[in-house]
Amino acid sequence: MSDTLPFLFELGVEEIPHWMIEPALADLDRLFQQFLNQNGFQAGAVRLDGTPRRLVLRTELPERQEDRREVVMGPPQKAGPGAAQGFARRNNIAVESLAVETTPKGEYYALHRTVTGRDTRELLADALPAIITKLPWPKAMYWTGKGQLTFIRPIRWIVALLGDQVVEFGIADVKSGALSRGHRRMGADEIAFDHTNYEERLEKNGVILSAAKRRKRIQDGIKKLLRGTGLKLVADDALLSDLVYLTEFPTPILGEFREEFLELPAEVLSTVMRHHQRYFTLNDAEGKMAPRFIATMNMKADRKGLVKKGNERVLEARFNDARFFWEQDLQRTLEQRVADLASVTFQARLGSYLEKTTRVERRVSEIGTALGIDASFAVRAARIAKTDLTTEMVKELTELQGVMGGLYARKQGEPDEVWQAVYEQYQPVSMEAPIPASKSGQLLSLADKLDTLESCFSIGMIPSGSRDPFALRRAAQGVVKILVEGRLRLAVKDLRPDLYEFLLDRARYYFKDVRGFAYDELNAVLAAQSSDLVDVEARLIALKQVRQTENFEALASSFKRIRNILRQTNAPGIGVNESLFEAPAERELHLQLSKVLPHFQKLRVDGDYIRALFAVSTLRPAVDAFFDQVLVNAPLQEVRSNRLDLLNWLLVQVSSIAELSEIVTSSTSE
Amino acid sequence: MDTFQQTIFKLKQFWAKHGCVIQEPYDVEVGAGTMCPETFLRVLGPKPYSVAYVQPSRRPADGRYGENPNRLYKHSQLQVILKPAPANVMDLYLESLAAVGINLDQHDLKFEEDNWESPTLGAWGIGWQVMLDGIEVTQFTYFQQCGGVDLDLVPAELTYGLERLIAFLQDRKSVYDIEWVEGRSYGDVRLLEEQQFSVYNFEKADVKMLWTLLDLHEAEAQRLIDEFKGLGDGQEHDKRRFPLLAAYDHVLNCSHTFNLLDARGAISVTERVGVIGRVRKLAVGVATAWMEQQALLNAAPVEVAQ
Repeated sequence: MSDTLPFLFELGVEEIPHWMIEPALADLDRLFQQFLNQNGFQAGAVRLDGTPRRLVLRTELPERQEDRREVVMGPPQKAGPGAAQGFARRNNIAVESLAVETTPKGEYYALHRTVTGRDTRELLADALPAIITKLPWPKAMYWTGKGQLTFIRPIRWIVALLGDQVVEFGIADVKSGALSRGHRRMGADEIAFDHTNYEERLEKNGVILSAAKRRKRIQDGIKKLLRGTGLKLVADDALLSDLVYLTEFPTPILGEFREEFLELPAEVLSTVMRHHQRYFTLNDAEGKMAPRFIATMNMKADRKGLVKKGNERVLEARFNDARFFWEQDLQRTLEQRVADLASVTFQARLGSYLEKTTRVERRVSEIGTALGIDASFAVRAARIAKTDLTTEMVKELTELQGVMGGLYARKQGEPDEVWQAVYEQYQPVSMEAPIPASKSGQLLSLADKLDTLESCFSIGMIPSGSRDPFALRRAAQGVVKILVEGRLRLAVKDLRPDLYEFLLDRARYYFKDVRGFAYDELNAVLAAQSSDLVDVEARLIALKQVRQTENFEALASSFKRIRNILRQTNAPGIGVNESLFEAPAERELHLQLSKVLPHFQKLRVDGDYIRALFAVSTLRPAVDAFFDQVLVNAPLQEVRSNRLDLLNWLLVQVSSIAELSEIVTSSTSE
Repeated sequence: MDTFQQTIFKLKQFWAKHGCVIQEPYDVEVGAGTMCPETFLRVLGPKPYSVAYVQPSRRPADGRYGENPNRLYKHSQLQVILKPAPANVMDLYLESLAAVGINLDQHDLKFEEDNWESPTLGAWGIGWQVMLDGIEVTQFTYFQQCGGVDLDLVPAELTYGLERLIAFLQDRKSVYDIEWVEGRSYGDVRLLEEQQFSVYNFEKADVKMLWTLLDLHEAEAQRLIDEFKGLGDGQEHDKRRFPLLAAYDHVLNCSHTFNLLDARGAISVTERVGVIGRVRKLAVGVATAWMEQQALLNAAPVEVAQ
């Protein structure tokens, strides 16, 4: 084993989109590990770092590959000496030095040889261009001309150093070398370094290589800025991560804006600052938005305050725009805008938003009737829900659709139930996010999503694979989440069958991945007939709780056995004839069932699934005894059929909550 | 402090020094400097070309009657095309900022992903918006496709928003307060125009007439494209002298007329897609024909009379 050498690879690129850097490093790691594997190197510790302008990989590698023994199989021995000679000649060795190997197919000529390990530097020089080329990007570009290499942005320099020697290769007009580059303005264009001082030299040249260090620099900087001000940072992890990968040397600064802008809705101010300007927002001691913000520069210091001033000016311009939109938009009521929706297309084949509005209004009212609740506020909300699409503010800040509608509705004196519903109509925005807090909001969101789903399905726009342009999966997830968490006992069975299946699929995902139910619990409950998803949830909770008891576990295995036995017979009935009983154990089971099942039935109808399943679990001794002492396959057909009916009675009853035979028990999983 | 026009002079001089043809604005209404033939047609094909020009860019829907300090119906872009993009194009760009007096040691500069796409031109590119102290001052794009045609040489397109950049340089909160030349503000020069065109674009433009214009320009452009396509192998001479540039002017007229109709609220979202498709078809038609004509001209250039 030769000594190891430090290896450093730096790919210098024009500014890579911030959100692609971490995935690119993961891909680089994967491709490099493949290189290690293929060349017989131990997978070693690989350190990866990225900034907007560089992807860096560092590790230790042996100077050369180990020599290795190789066996080359030749012709079968029965092919004769002529074949052996040919094989030897092709491999440039004397026929005498061939060995004979015994394989399952017979005796074969073979040659053993030592393959000399190659220089690691050579191997890297061969492999690195391919690794660079293979890095996958969401959207790549040409820069040296049509048909040439594509990459996320132009590659401008490459450092590849093994020990103190350059791994020489070239790609797209760039040759690898030993010199790195600093920050665009705070660093040199050529930086000499060695493996011991790389990060230090970069830092002197305005580049903090480690993302963790950049993150900490932003966080510490903010703390320092806020010390003693009474201001509180509104945390925004996504924004923080964006800034970490938008900068090579981040420094936060504190800016301010005129207090009069606080008259605008906080939602608008916050969206402009966070989404459009990438500023953190700040609250005062009472938790209200303060007229301050934190911008993050890609440089060390703002000595003359010019950066602060520039950012303040652009923010003021944006707020001015927002105020203009706010005032402009309020000159027409949402009600007046309803007619305008005729010229806003929902989807080319599905008509306008006005048509959608009419459908959703009707649907809200139908859902209200089905649930037996007064939906008049929600119907009103549905009528004006989409009108904010015609406002200047939403055209400019599209992420505020719904929210703006709600704010305008409030300003125009719509009742709380109405404007809140409009405000919340796009919730939940993800599986983790909350559903609308108001009942009207839930109804509106539900009706809107069901309408979108049903309309799209009706013209065959059904998501497949990763293709889901209308985000129908998210809509369906929203439906599931609102139904369950809003406790809306709405039957979804009446939907078109493919949509019902689609929703069921999302329900599976929700209960399993979001709520943590086991897949067998889900299978058991979904196999039983359930009226709605709230009911499914109640059964799942009951099953999860009861299955942990010892009796239940054993009973579940018995149910599997019962299911198997019954599967092999023609549809059994449930008309048990007591006079046909022969063994005491079947008489006893029947007695127990007659006692327990009516009680179970009542509890089930009341929705008390936990107690119902506990009641069932008391049957375990009787069931066990039955299987110990009774031969179901009695010779006499009548007796046999009576026994099957007895088991079937039990199965049919209990399966009305959950198909217990679906439960994986320790005995069945072995 | 430099005036509006001095900054423009400096930028032009900077790019002239780096080998650009300095062109004057194109004299057909366009929504962006990219649409001028100096960009749209010149980026096609294998011939290198570098050019810079100020292009007044008209976006009727952005008009605000001169009442909004930062929004204009007609703003000025300084458009730079470097075909092919040199390897140091980013450095050149930074130098150009220094050339107009921005001390980059004292200002924050970020390149944020912003890919550019023009559905009406069948064109797209990859690039950034350049943020200077949080203000977008330039759109930097590596062109990939134009008129539906893959580009042989990848040009860099730098589009400076002049009002925004110069308001920044002059530290003005309203573009109308920019000093155009000593003693005369941007407002003095342009406010009336913003007001009158806002009134026209939003209130007075005759929708029926605009639709007619759109149809006429479309028909004329299409007629020329079809005629070019109809020329056979023996008609190289006719192909070489064919007025594709005139056809393209009619495409630009279509595009501007479409923008006027849009500002007038006369185009529903459904129709919008359709009209964009019509204009794109023409743009692609001209670009394809242009490629063919260029191939002929490159093989045997038109002789210039002595």
